[in-house]
Amino acid sequence: MIQVRDLTKIYTMGDERVAALDGVSLDIARGEHIAVVGPSGSGKSTLMNILGGLDRPDSGTYLFEGEDVSAFDDDELARFRNQRIGFCFQSFQLLPRLTALQNVELPLIYGGWPPAERRARTAEMLERVGLGARMTHRPNQMSGGQQQRVAIARALANNPDLLLADEPTGALDTQTTHDVLNLFEELNREGLTLIVVTHEKEVADRAKRRISFRDGKVVADERTLTPA
Amino acid sequence: MNFVELVRFAAGAIVAHPLRSGLTSLGVVIGVAAVVMMTSIGLGAQQRVTSTIAGLGSNLIIVQPGAARAGGGFVMGGAGTGMSLTEKDAEAIARDVEGAVAVAPVVRGQAQLAAEGANWNTRIEGVTPDYLIARDLTLASGRMFDEREARQGRKVLVIGQTIARELWGEQDPVGRRVRVRSVPFEVIGVLASKGQSSFGQDQDDVVLGPLQAVRSRVVGRRLRGDVVQTIYVKAENESELTRVQEDVSNVIREQHRIRPGDEDDFSTQNMASILEASQAAVSTFTILLAAVAAVSLVVGGVGIMNIMLVAVTERTREIGLRMAVGAKRSDVLIQFGLESVALSLAGGIIGLAIGVLGALLMARVGDWPAAVPTWAGPLALGFSMLVGVAFGAYPSWRAARLDPIDALRRE
Repeated sequence: MIQVRDLTKIYTMGDERVAALDGVSLDIARGEHIAVVGPSGSGKSTLMNILGGLDRPDSGTYLFEGEDVSAFDDDELARFRNQRIGFCFQSFQLLPRLTALQNVELPLIYGGWPPAERRARTAEMLERVGLGARMTHRPNQMSGGQQQRVAIARALANNPDLLLADEPTGALDTQTTHDVLNLFEELNREGLTLIVVTHEKEVADRAKRRISFRDGKVVADERTLTPA
Repeated sequence: MNFVELVRFAAGAIVAHPLRSGLTSLGVVIGVAAVVMMTSIGLGAQQRVTSTIAGLGSNLIIVQPGAARAGGGFVMGGAGTGMSLTEKDAEAIARDVEGAVAVAPVVRGQAQLAAEGANWNTRIEGVTPDYLIARDLTLASGRMFDEREARQGRKVLVIGQTIARELWGEQDPVGRRVRVRSVPFEVIGVLASKGQSSFGQDQDDVVLGPLQAVRSRVVGRRLRGDVVQTIYVKAENESELTRVQEDVSNVIREQHRIRPGDEDDFSTQNMASILEASQAAVSTFTILLAAVAAVSLVVGGVGIMNIMLVAVTERTREIGLRMAVGAKRSDVLIQFGLESVALSLAGGIIGLAIGVLGALLMARVGDWPAAVPTWAGPLALGFSMLVGVAFGAYPSWRAARLDPIDALRRE
């Protein structure tokens, strides 16, 4: 599904030039469940941003289903994010003014769905993550775990090919981390491709493949044993 | 991306902060209300001036003693500003000027009227029967004196409605006697009411008497011989007005033996040119008022821009998130632009309502003839929309230019 070749991304901080990505090449197949690990500043977030179409590499190519995403313009990238990618963020990034329903609706609105289908799909997604009873709650009326589930429902609403989760459990306690990881595994079993950036061993251990980053380079890419 | 959805996003953001949105719009409210009220005052003034001048008589030429003043303004020649006009001039005009349907020489004075214990101080005008024609006056009851009565120096009066009311109340004044400075006169007619002039003068507070009688009995001490203060000439129709005015001038120059090249010792003005000059003055004044008011509209726009910039900073993460889930830069630009236009337009609508109400209130209570122009509505809404677009453009552009990664990371 994804072929990444020799990706580089260089940030200039004052006089210093830091290579956030330094010649990264990867192949990712449909249906994979990948954990991306590494210390802060190792380049894993930069990779996520490029894979998600939020950023462009300085050089190298990024093919998604044969399309060269690195050559997309701003509008094409917006469309790519809307149609192909679902994002989960550590801080959930829900809009506080909007209800759970309205938050989940956003990608569908930008995707041009007609209102009736949109509402049905939104309700379906919230049911799917177990929040059918809280559709009209606002983020501040929900627990962290519930908020992250709303964010996941939003990420999945427009039927993406790839779910990108950046420290999705960083702000959650052990029990809710467990719930979220179970949900991820379930989604992966249903065929969703999943890439999770994480610091947490438990999260990384639940993935089927682990890619380790250091100083902008891939230092390890290993298949892990599928958990029982 | 559906435009309706963008409108909903914008409306949602406005409704989320009602107080802030209200205060932001307030600037435009004040600006639009001020513009509407100022233009209403201007239009009211214009109508008042027009009706006042038209009320003097249509197709009228006013001849007054003294040289014309620079600027072409309305010369209000009071008694004593010159003694150059005479009844002979009026006769010459009536005889020699073609198209002059009425020529009315006038002397004026102030007099105390006394009748059956009641007293009233008023303006008295010595006139000829032509005066009614020249000034477009009509009688409510009784009759006007004729040429013969005037020549014979009969002591008769035609009075205005105010005089009738003040001296005799509800009773019919025709046939009654009244003393003007102790000289007994008989009331033979009552003028139809003309109401208050737009400069606040009571046009019914006037007494007309035959020229000779009024001059000799009332104002004689100040006027020698057959001197008159004003001659009104009514032209047959509007197209003749300028030509008649020139002829009148020539006749009087001849009468006064003014050599070619010398300055006139009188001035003539016609209603059309007076009207034009007054209206030009009033519209200049209106534009000035509206321009001052428009400044507050611009200040309102700056307020909107300020709040929109704050909103963009505050909602940076929202913008980042919207971009992450698929908003194009143009979607963000339009959403924030609509927010700004909606704030401004709402202010415009409220301001229009306040301005119209204020103008009506002024007309009712403040005794100022404010008239709301029909174009005030479209103008106010158009301008407030323009303000929204102009002052929302930069904040919206800033929002659309944000880098989604930086925006999402912002606290």
